This record gives sequence, structure tokens and C-alpha cells, in this order.
Amino acid sequence: MSSTFTLGLIGAVLTLVVLFEMLRRHRLREKYAVIWVVVVGATLVLAVFPELLTWAADALGVKVPANLLFFGAIMLLLFISVQLSYEIGRLEERTRTLAEEVALLRLQHERHHGRSAPMPTDVAPRAEDPTADDPGSPPHVS
Amino acid sequence: MPGRPEQRILVVIPAWNEAGVIASTIAEVRAARPDVDLLVVDDGSGDATADVAEAAGALVARLPYNLGVGGAMRAGYRYALREGYDVVVQIDADGQHDPNYLTELVNGLGSADVVVGARFAGEGTYRASGPRRWAMWLLAGVLSRLARTRLTDVTSGFRAANRRAVAVFADHYPAEYLGDTVESLVIALRVGCTVRQLPVEMRPRTVGQASQSPLRATLYLVRAVVALGLALVRRWPAATETLGQEKA
Repeated sequence: MSSTFTLGLIGAVLTLVVLFEMLRRHRLREKYAVIWVVVVGATLVLAVFPELLTWAADALGVKVPANLLFFGAIMLLLFISVQLSYEIGRLEERTRTLAEEVALLRLQHERHHGRSAPMPTDVAPRAEDPTADDPGSPPHVS
Repeated sequence: MPGRPEQRILVVIPAWNEAGVIASTIAEVRAARPDVDLLVVDDGSGDATADVAEAAGALVARLPYNLGVGGAMRAGYRYALREGYDVVVQIDADGQHDPNYLTELVNGLGSADVVVGARFAGEGTYRASGPRRWAMWLLAGVLSRLARTRLTDVTSGFRAANRRAVAVFADHYPAEYLGDTVESLVIALRVGCTVRQLPVEMRPRTVGQASQSPLRATLYLVRAVVALGLALVRRWPAATETLGQEKA
């Protein structure tokens, strides 16, 4: 009981500290921190009142309470993974669209201003005229 | 196109690290049809593909990183839509498609929205066996049924599209595996475009043949089944947030 309590408490506090620090350093966005804060909260509640888990296991007919905890934890992690996969897919689609647009805009730019106009997005530097008349674009950095 | 004597044709060549062959491919297209515009979509090549293509006189759109054929082609279709082309012809950069069939493909658009240049009945110099053959048979069978016409080489990257199909492909051209060939055809068919095939002779690839190892062939079959199955059951129209902006 007391070791479960200590472990749960340490895990929860550690997670909270890491989350807080990541948020503070702009490494994590609030919307992704919310779910982990909720997890921390649940862990704390179970650490303080382990009888809640026993009670729930009894109610659901699970013989070993820990199994219920594992089941719940695995389902939660699975859900979060799927959700992150979804987010990645959405981002990929967005970056794909942006990449296509960049290519087309660059082509359009080159057609209107000639090959010598500096492109801020130039990845492969080419010989170009530094006097190109496009004040809108910052000078080419290679 | 009825009532349109002068068709504006854009040949789109998706190219990824093809600096060695792109110039000759461009020259061949030019020789076959000097009147078409040529857009090479450089798919994030690490070599000089884009510069070589530009020197050879093609328009070049440079993708900032590799997207795969699907991404390159959707960019090409978007360009065509915005610039008001009547026809887009897709040709591989590696020289396996003979540009002398270009006119035939374009003329085929008189009775279809998409015309696919297909290897002679899926045979010719190319022979597949085992799982790869089953995959090709399955893809061809399902798509033929869907298209209500005989399609034997649905993974061919040699195809022509008219304005109607270009408008569809400018929004929906999957980047996934087999998406640029099989799923894009399913998409075209599901929005009511007609697809036809035209027998063409393909030249052996200059770079290398598709792998024939049994494991790879089986993997290909599985991926083909998954890609085809998904293409068939996906909800339509797709509700992706980045789409629906191409109303030109």
C-alpha cells in the first residue's frame, strides 16, 4: 500500500514537473499536455485511494485489480497513439500541399521575374544577378 | 475537345534523380510534339535534375523535398488547371514511355476523360509471375469492371487527362503507395469520369526492373489489395481540409 502510494506519487510529480517545464520552454502545446495532466490526476487519485481500484475490479469481475489498471492504461495509450497518428497524417497532408504550392509559386515567380530574381527559398544556390529588381525578396543567402 | 481547334497541351514529367535521362526524354517529347508545353516537376532530387531540365528548355517546378509521384503530379495538375490547359499528359522521366504515342493518347480523349497508355495486354517484353501477376490481374480485373472497359495495365504512369479529369486530379491525387496510379483511377471513375486504355509499346526501363523476389512480390500483392480496397470504400467526396480550393 505505502510503496504503491510512494511510486504513484513520485511518478505523478515527475510527470507534472516535466510537463510544466516543457510548457514553460514552449516545447509542448497545451492541447497535448491536457491529456497527460488528466492521466497524472487519475494516477494520484488511485495512489491515494487504492481501494477505488479494488472496488472497480470487483464491480467488473476482474480478479486481479492490477489487471484492470493495466487494461485501462493500455487502452489509453492506444487511444493517444492513434490520435497522434491522425495528427501526423493531417500535418503530412498540410505540408504536402504547402510543398506543392511553394514549387508552383517559385515557378511563377521565376517566370515573371526571370531566372535571376533572388528566391528566399533557394535551396540549391545558383549564379544570379545581385541587381535583380525585386525589393520584396530578401537577398539570397547561400 | 469539340469546338476547340487549338488544344493547349501540357506534358508533365515527374522526376526524381533523373539527371541522366531527363534531357533526352524532354528532347524526345519536343521532337514528337513541338507544340506542347513541358513541365518537369522535380520531386526533391538530390542531383541536378532540375537544372538539366531547365537547360533542356522545360518549365521546372521544384518541390522542396521528395513527395513521391502523387505529390509531383498533383502539383502538375494544379499548374495545368491554373494556367488553363485543356489536356495534361503524364510521362515518366526515365524514358520508358515513347512520346510518339502522345498524339494518340490526346486524340483518345475524344471519347474519354482519362486515357491510359497500357503495355500490350500487359505482356510484351515484361513478364510477371506469381504474386505480382495475381496483383496485376486483380487490379486490372476490378478496375476494368469499375470502368466498364478493359484495362490491363492500371499501374501505368503514361496517361492523358482532359479538363474535367485535370480539375479532379488537381484536388485529389493520392501520394500513397499505388495511390498515384490505381487510386487516382478509382477516384476518376467514382466522380464519373470515363477511363479508356490505349495499347502502347513500352521500352525497357533504363534504371532497373521491378523486383521479382517472391517476398517482394507478395508484399506488392498485399499492398495492392489494401490500396485498392481502401480506394473503393473511402468516403466520397473526401473531406480533407486542404482540398476544395481549386475552383478555377
